Amino acid sequence: MSTVDRSHDTGALDAAAAADPLVIAGRAFRSRLLLGTGGFQSLEAMAEAIKVSGSELVTVALRRIDPSAAGSIMDVIADAGVEVLPNTAGCYTARDAVTTARLAREAFETNWVKLEVIGDDRTLLPDAPELLEAAETLVDDGFVVLPYTTDDPILARRLEDVGCAAVMPLGSPIGSGMGINNPYNIAIIRERTQLPVVLDAGVGTASDAALAMELGCDAVLCASAISRAHDPRAMSLAIKAAVEAGRLARTAGRIPRRLHAEASTPDAGLPDFGLADG
Amino acid sequence: MTTIRLNGEERRLDDGATVQHALDLLNVTPDSRGVAVAVDREVVPRGSWHETPLHEGAAVEVVMAIQGG
Repeated sequence: MSTVDRSHDTGALDAAAAADPLVIAGRAFRSRLLLGTGGFQSLEAMAEAIKVSGSELVTVALRRIDPSAAGSIMDVIADAGVEVLPNTAGCYTARDAVTTARLAREAFETNWVKLEVIGDDRTLLPDAPELLEAAETLVDDGFVVLPYTTDDPILARRLEDVGCAAVMPLGSPIGSGMGINNPYNIAIIRERTQLPVVLDAGVGTASDAALAMELGCDAVLCASAISRAHDPRAMSLAIKAAVEAGRLARTAGRIPRRLHAEASTPDAGLPDFGLADG
Repeated sequence: MTTIRLNGEERRLDDGATVQHALDLLNVTPDSRGVAVAVDREVVPRGSWHETPLHEGAAVEVVMAIQGG
């Protein structure tokens, strides 16, 4: 018996990812995992997760300055060599979200924004009319807008119509870890928009991320699932692998689901052992 | 004196004070990374902090990067 050589396996995954980049607004990314930085216990834990996840785009938020804040998230991100995707978390109106996005553009010298306009603080679900209004205003103002949206295929189309660079439907509410509540809607969004689809919110563990990719999402944005895991480092590795596995499975083309069995072994040539019974 | 609201708190500055004078109270300099300022909802680019005067009642919001999803 010869020993199977598996040393090429990781290389094959890396090569597959390199040959199949995520492209948003003309920018190519090797990694299809976007990392949210909220919820980490420390900047060190965040730095480790960024490194292990392979993510090239990480979200940050803006809040009133705290002159006593120890250490800067900006230093950690600069050291990691990744791009910043500012969010407008906490905004309830288009007006506030637009102002926050403009502050973020000034603070981070990027015109990319993860646009969040939420409807209430219990569900943190997007407020569709406010979201659409803010998206339109920011696109007109030269922003690359990545809106956090509901899993509504029509709203996704409307966001595409006003010029967003991607759509980021939720799988389930932010931080809920409930996974993808309506996989059919995610699949329809994929089918009905030309934009990159980034599954944002709801991922609880690796299999949720794999499912998102198998449904045709182009990327997954993950924060709490990693930052609040018992071992964030291990979970970022798990979700990274799941995103890559899900993407490969999607492009490989799965077999259709069928109600009844279909033998994989042919009937032809089946021996007939006769009726002899003892 | 000019009274402004700096991140929600009333502060008094000398007449003719600029945005930078308000930022001095927070130890923010034009070199500070990941910081931005809005006066009455309008972003003031860091290159203009020294020249932008503050009027009576100006609402100055100074924000910085924090962790967030």
